[in-house]
Amino acid sequence: MAYALIAPAAIYIILIVAWPLLETIRLSFTNSSLAGEDYVGLENYQKMFSSKKFNGIVTRTFVWMFFSVSLKLIIGLIGAVLLNANLKGRSIFRVLVMPPWVVPIAIGMLGWLWLYNGYFGIIAGVGMRTGILDGPFGFLAYKQSAFISTIVADVWVGTPMVTVFFLAAMQGVPRDLYEAAYCDGASRWDRFFKITLPQITPVIITMSLLSAIWTFNSFEIIWILTEGGPRGSTTTLIIDTYKQALGNYKFGRGAARAVVVMILLMLFAGFYLALLARINKKISHG
Amino acid sequence: MDKYNLFEKILIYSGILVFMTFILLPFVEMFYASLRPLDHLFRSPYQFYSDDLSFWAYQEMWNTVPMLGRYIFNSFFLASCVAILTLIFVIPAAYAYARFKFPAKNTSLYLLLAINMFSGAVILIPLYKLLRTLGLLNSYQSMIIPGVAFLIPTSIWLLKSYFEKIPIDLEEAAFVDGASRVQILRHIIAPLSTPGLVVVGIYAFIGAYAQQFLFAITFNQKKEYMPIPTGLYEFIGYQSVKWNEMMAAALVGMLPVLLLFIFLQKYIVEGLTAGAVKN
Repeated sequence: MAYALIAPAAIYIILIVAWPLLETIRLSFTNSSLAGEDYVGLENYQKMFSSKKFNGIVTRTFVWMFFSVSLKLIIGLIGAVLLNANLKGRSIFRVLVMPPWVVPIAIGMLGWLWLYNGYFGIIAGVGMRTGILDGPFGFLAYKQSAFISTIVADVWVGTPMVTVFFLAAMQGVPRDLYEAAYCDGASRWDRFFKITLPQITPVIITMSLLSAIWTFNSFEIIWILTEGGPRGSTTTLIIDTYKQALGNYKFGRGAARAVVVMILLMLFAGFYLALLARINKKISHG
Repeated sequence: MDKYNLFEKILIYSGILVFMTFILLPFVEMFYASLRPLDHLFRSPYQFYSDDLSFWAYQEMWNTVPMLGRYIFNSFFLASCVAILTLIFVIPAAYAYARFKFPAKNTSLYLLLAINMFSGAVILIPLYKLLRTLGLLNSYQSMIIPGVAFLIPTSIWLLKSYFEKIPIDLEEAAFVDGASRVQILRHIIAPLSTPGLVVVGIYAFIGAYAQQFLFAITFNQKKEYMPIPTGLYEFIGYQSVKWNEMMAAALVGMLPVLLLFIFLQKYIVEGLTAGAVKN
């Protein structure tokens, strides 16, 4: 009975997600393109791993990810603490924090394209008027600034969700813990570091991993802002995979990259699920 | 508990101000730009003040990109199809997860979570080839089919938790009275879980609306099927970008999901964060 109810969803997922995953692995051993395909063994992998460019892309992906995830967590935690303060207007702020999360990324990025505009954008404008910049500055036109700008946009998209989850976790901390600590004369700082922080640590750890996974997968932001440029400076693994596969229709090479992405994602997912199981166990055993 | 003193209040509010500026600046600036005449926008360095603000761009944008209305319709149509299909697949599965014990139940639930972690990008190649073989490239289906797959996992989790809240005694009573599983699902579960179904449906709609870009740029080149997230980039194709009209169109394009979300944010956030809070 149960299986019959699950079957439609399961079959759908197998056809549209599981089969393509396996097919991607098979394609990575071929030179598949629009013209056809031949088995080429490990050639795609050999070429990929011996290319300096690809190794650069892997390193860059992790650097980009590290900064983006850390910023999301730090800003998200600070934001959650601020919005958790029992002050007027906090329920409005809690709703106002969500738009970057909900709005289609591709539409939100139009706003960032305008903000980053070197001649007419507000950021360059403030820079010029305060004298920090001595002329127009295209934030997406130079290697370093494009790298940072894409991170900032990614943090903007990802922070609201982190904030909302941290807030929810903070609300879940039993109130009597705080009241007891207050009666014992613990200061606000003490209560934060000795009660709030330890209590929400499981959520912080889970969110770090989830956030790492999503950031690793981040495609639209970079694609829209820079398409991986200038001169490859914002090309992450996902962008490279997409470019190889669907920019050049070199399915075989693209598939080899997709397999690397898959393996890394499986590692992340494994960590995440193991962690989740451990946290759940700890809770059910008190 | 102790109250905040004035100094602390000022500190917290200024913190909130900085935080909110970061979150909302793009939206505020998009709206402001949409109200300003184009020649004010094309001044360098940036001018903060414009004296002739108007909603002119909101009228003109339909002429600059004549298909704009169609793109917005497409987005709605695609997101609605995806949401409805997702519900059809998810309702029986979520019910099974909420009510039955069976081997591999937990494993398969966690596998579903794992699917959420794969971005569409890793499976695009086989999907592209599949859709090409089936002759479905450049059609609505090419964007609907992959869209549903990525919404099924979270929707099952969300709906499962709604079903679990319905007291099992009701069903058992009906079962004793000789009702079949299908009858129970239709006459007891369905009415009681309507709020849950609405929330999950809207979650799927928002999700489908938000994820259109990747599938649209990969599987569809035909303008008549283009959703708004890709359609908006047509404004960039002109000699000089009409930023004010593009921003106006972008705001109109994001409004539906924003309104839906703000309306129902309490329920959606509750559902999504339930795991985080309980654990």
